[in-house]
Amino acid sequence: MIGGPHPMTPALYRVRSRRPDRVDTVTLTLEPLRGECPPFHPGQFTMLYAPGVGEIAVSISGRARSGGYTQTIRAVGAVSAALCGKRPGDVVGVRGPYGQGWGLRAAAGLDVVVAAGGLGLAPLRPLVRALLGDRCGRISVIVGSRAPDLLLYPGDLARWTRQGADVRVIVDHPDHAWRGPVGLVTRLIDRIVFEPRRTYAFVCGPEAMMRDTAAELVRRGVAPGRVELSLERNMKCAVARCGHCQFGPLFVCEDGPVLRYDRVAPMLAVPEL
Amino acid sequence: MDAVVIDSLEPLVDELRSRGYAVVGPVVRERVIRFEEIASADRLARGWTDVQEPGRYRLAEGAGEMVFSFAASPDSAKSYTQPPRQTLFRMRGEQIEEAEEDAPRVALLGVRACDLAAIAVQDRVFLGGRHPDPAYLRRRRALLLVAVNCAVPGGTCFCVSMHTGPRATTGFDLALTELAAPHRFVVETGSERGEQIVAALPRRPASAEDLAASAEVSRDAAEHMGRHVETEGIQERLSAHDSPRWTQVGARCLTCTNCTMVCPTCFCTTVEDATSFTDGTAERIERWDSCFTLDFSEVNGTPVRGSNAGRYRQWLTHKFSTWIDQFGMSGCVGCGRCITWCPVGIDVTEELANLP
Repeated sequence: MIGGPHPMTPALYRVRSRRPDRVDTVTLTLEPLRGECPPFHPGQFTMLYAPGVGEIAVSISGRARSGGYTQTIRAVGAVSAALCGKRPGDVVGVRGPYGQGWGLRAAAGLDVVVAAGGLGLAPLRPLVRALLGDRCGRISVIVGSRAPDLLLYPGDLARWTRQGADVRVIVDHPDHAWRGPVGLVTRLIDRIVFEPRRTYAFVCGPEAMMRDTAAELVRRGVAPGRVELSLERNMKCAVARCGHCQFGPLFVCEDGPVLRYDRVAPMLAVPEL
Repeated sequence: MDAVVIDSLEPLVDELRSRGYAVVGPVVRERVIRFEEIASADRLARGWTDVQEPGRYRLAEGAGEMVFSFAASPDSAKSYTQPPRQTLFRMRGEQIEEAEEDAPRVALLGVRACDLAAIAVQDRVFLGGRHPDPAYLRRRRALLLVAVNCAVPGGTCFCVSMHTGPRATTGFDLALTELAAPHRFVVETGSERGEQIVAALPRRPASAEDLAASAEVSRDAAEHMGRHVETEGIQERLSAHDSPRWTQVGARCLTCTNCTMVCPTCFCTTVEDATSFTDGTAERIERWDSCFTLDFSEVNGTPVRGSNAGRYRQWLTHKFSTWIDQFGMSGCVGCGRCITWCPVGIDVTEELANLP
């Protein structure tokens, strides 16, 4: 029997806290008005609704101590700007969590490379936390940022280092104070230690960055089936009914956003697919 | 229930209306067969036929007393199963309410076999996945389908290729076959609802001659398909992403979205949000969208499919190939509407035939 709420109807959540991360980016902690936040897998996303303005897909970057979702939003359009402008106490709509998350179990016992570009660190944050919680092998986290002051979650990066991860950051446009490496995140692959044939990789960032990173990892001997990417496509519904996020036979909202490189590499090579 | 014969549609329309159904059937409006609510069978497009070719639709007189001597209308059941615009919810303060959408009873009179197949495709899309749509189900249950077996396929029809017609075999409440000399309709029932309606009509049992004539209508229609598609190996052919054909058809395509609007299975939608000036109520509306629009695939301000060729390839590939991966069935039912209503006459059957 089909009943219950319409799949497009959000639940109402209250903004519990708001933390500006960078000049254009804000992390909100959201708690439902009624009941509890449903469980989520690292890599999943929700549809966040700014009342009267619109709805966008935003990855879940963690669970706050209070139990709410933390979600990091960059103001790039009308809806994301409206969400970034929300203050503690304001009400937003939330649908989800949706989609396939990171293959945490598949990485068990292997070296792990986590590669992030820009805001791509947001869906990887809960993954790294989970990996650090129950790990034996090496964990390398390589992060590319356009500029030093645009680096996301510096506090988390420092904590992960203390917890034993090899965390490295590279920037594209250094400022005077920057002493670290300069360039694209693929350059950091040289600097980390991993056994390619025993390595699992999780990659999230702009599509070109993910393509290059995955190709470089594979060139070094990592199996294409052990590289996961989180794809970004236009999403209006997140429940495979609006058609916008199609990528070949896939609905990125339901079949992804996390997809294995061996499955998507041929499709990523097709322009405008 | 065995097939029966009725001599007139008037009692059928009256019976449906008395049962609370809005009867929607084919009428002539602005020299096109359109589907709209009718108060009596007199309004039906009696005596008209149509001529359909790529980018061309003309009505013609001369079908005598025949009521259904035309092929697909630009209207399909989609307008009733998935309305072009619907309110999803309203939010005021800290309250959110789904739009109390009642699903009024609608009897669609004159639905063709291809359209029944299209409804089956929609059922799969809206009810067969992980997130079934309760509003779709309500509308679907309120919809009574009176099919008509095609006698005069159009020049752009290819239901035989897609294995969806021309005869209605399933998915209807009633199925009519219109016969001439003398003018009459053979009525088959496909549901209990349909049987109850037939039981209330003046009727007689169909004779062996009636049934043979009815079968002959479909046999004859199957031999007069205007178009053909070779479905064997179609997914392999559509995997030719870099064929020069895409650029050629992209140069002709106006990305006007007509094909997706008249397609009975195209299901893509977008949402519109607004806030009332008077009381601050926020409202979210879902409306038909098309993969031919530039912003359909936009991510962070840039469309994934910026070229006409890319968007045409997406549509054709989805309809005939990736739809099968997603839903286990083709997205095309062979109604030919996209060919007829394409302003530059792009013919999907020709495009498919020209792929390597």
